[in-house]
Amino acid sequence: MHFAGDSIVLPEHFLEHQKGRALRRKAIDRWFGRLGLILTLGTLGVLAILLLNLAANGLFRIDWHFLTSFPSRRAAEAGVLSAWVGTALLMLVTASLAIPLGVAAGIYLEEYAPKNKWTDFVEINIANLAGVPSILYGLMALGLFVYKFRFGQSILAGGMALGCLVLPIVIVSTREALRTIPAMIREAAFALGATRWQAVWHHLLPYSTGGISTGVILAMSRAIGESSPLITIGALTFIAFLPPPAILDHAPFVSFSWLFSPFTALPIQMFNWVSRPGEEFQANAAAAGLLLMVITLGMNGAAILLRRHAQRNIKW
Amino acid sequence: MTKTALPLLGFILGLFAYVPGSSRAEQVVKIDGSSTVYPITEAVAEEFQKASGTKVTVGISGTGGGFKKFTRGETDVQNASRPIKEEEVKAAKEGKIEYLELPIAYDALTVVVNSKNDWVDSIKISDLKKIWEPEAQGKITKWNQVRPEWPDKEIKLYGAGSDSGTFDYFTEAVNGKSKASRGNYTASEDDNVLVQGVEGDRYALGYMGYSYFAAHQKRLKALGIEWDAKGKPAVKPSEEAVLAGTYNPLARPLFIYVNVRSLEKPEVKSFVEFYIKNVDRLAKEVKYIPLPGDAYGKVKGRFEKLEKGTAFLHQSDLAVPISEILSRPLVP
Repeated sequence: MHFAGDSIVLPEHFLEHQKGRALRRKAIDRWFGRLGLILTLGTLGVLAILLLNLAANGLFRIDWHFLTSFPSRRAAEAGVLSAWVGTALLMLVTASLAIPLGVAAGIYLEEYAPKNKWTDFVEINIANLAGVPSILYGLMALGLFVYKFRFGQSILAGGMALGCLVLPIVIVSTREALRTIPAMIREAAFALGATRWQAVWHHLLPYSTGGISTGVILAMSRAIGESSPLITIGALTFIAFLPPPAILDHAPFVSFSWLFSPFTALPIQMFNWVSRPGEEFQANAAAAGLLLMVITLGMNGAAILLRRHAQRNIKW
Repeated sequence: MTKTALPLLGFILGLFAYVPGSSRAEQVVKIDGSSTVYPITEAVAEEFQKASGTKVTVGISGTGGGFKKFTRGETDVQNASRPIKEEEVKAAKEGKIEYLELPIAYDALTVVVNSKNDWVDSIKISDLKKIWEPEAQGKITKWNQVRPEWPDKEIKLYGAGSDSGTFDYFTEAVNGKSKASRGNYTASEDDNVLVQGVEGDRYALGYMGYSYFAAHQKRLKALGIEWDAKGKPAVKPSEEAVLAGTYNPLARPLFIYVNVRSLEKPEVKSFVEFYIKNVDRLAKEVKYIPLPGDAYGKVKGRFEKLEKGTAFLHQSDLAVPISEILSRPLVP
């Protein structure tokens, strides 16, 4: 029997044993940390090699002329003007479709939808949609947007295909962002007589802007590199003119005819150059790839900054 | 939030409220089809656009994929690395599309090996057939199974993907039937993959368009082709051999097909005129072989007289001299 105040004497071998176990666990912990570090550095290394390789092959091609010239049969004269304008306009359409629809669907599923089998079914399908190969979105867009809706092989059809492709990402990230808001915020709003909509509009949405924006930007940087849905709907390879301008100098001053313009995009231009004979076109392809990488990394960087900024302003 | 959301909402509604159609009147010459013909048409389109300001778009859907669009009337001009096929002629009839068949240049399908390959300089078509026919799959795996004097090493094969006109033409010329080929080889629509594959393996053999070989001459070796069935001696691929009509059966004409109804549009008409007038020089610049002699004059005649139809329906398209292609009766 031991009483309070008595020191507990444990056998020597038992202590030794425990000490050994602790040391072993610490060793495993240390090794796991090192393994993680190595894997992280390895991944970053691959990215760095890719970037350096592209830069070594293509950096010398990137200049003002490259950015402001149309494609050409002469590699040295060719540029990416129609490609980057096409990519930018595509992203505009993609964002206009995916952001409102995705955020609204996310809000509905998280805040409004009753918990029942139907909601579960919808949720599972949204998760599944995120894993559907992108070429299927291209085929869907070809049948539906290009032929059925008669949008043709246009910026509108391409942007909507990409919008559908990234929609699940926006929905999921909106829900994640809403879920991080403590329940007490909602309860407090309801206690003061706010409707669900008032709670969403005045509190939940502003507080989750950071998370939603992060998701949106990640979705956009996924869309910007996609080529297979665009090739499926028939994005063009040689296109040496820009879509008609959106702003006119006469009434009605705004024109949407650019939506129906044929287009090309950076990944398609790159793909085309990669498959051309001769080294000069390979340099062009590397330069276009570098441009695409820089835009994607820039967008991801913006996502991180936005999240930091949004978190800093919210305290509860 | 509210301040930014309202204009955004308006913008989105505006997008969807917009009625499509008003932009359709815009003048654009629409071209699609073969990736082999693409560099030539791209060059012509570039020059034409500079000269006239008319907008031209060129896509790459492959010869087969392009014909699907062409026979539905979606494109004005179709790039083709082989003549139109029977079922495509039928589709055109169903789509009420009449067309002109205009040969515009030559390509020499080139059989290449590694530059360190010292046992073969030229090859018989019958040996190529031994290697490439469907029955060769699983049976012919080593060089010495084709000819005993060749090394006892595994033969690595590189060729065109099955959607390309190049594949259709090569299989027809070598194996006797379009699309009949062994399947276990590295297939790619991207000829640079084939160039790299053959370049990196001493025991490789592959086929590709002449322009890819021409761009990588230092790293590959082109084989002479001996058409033994016709008792013809081995001929190396070159511009001279193609023009002399001796690089057979692997010299192939390339075509554009023009939708006759599109020619009512002045911009399409002037584009095709410009094409026929300048393709000679431009094809050469992008490493293709222009048609010989007065062929372009005859092509121009066919275009001006609107002689519709194809010269190849139910007729061979192998090793047909250009003069015959242009003088055969046309089947609409």
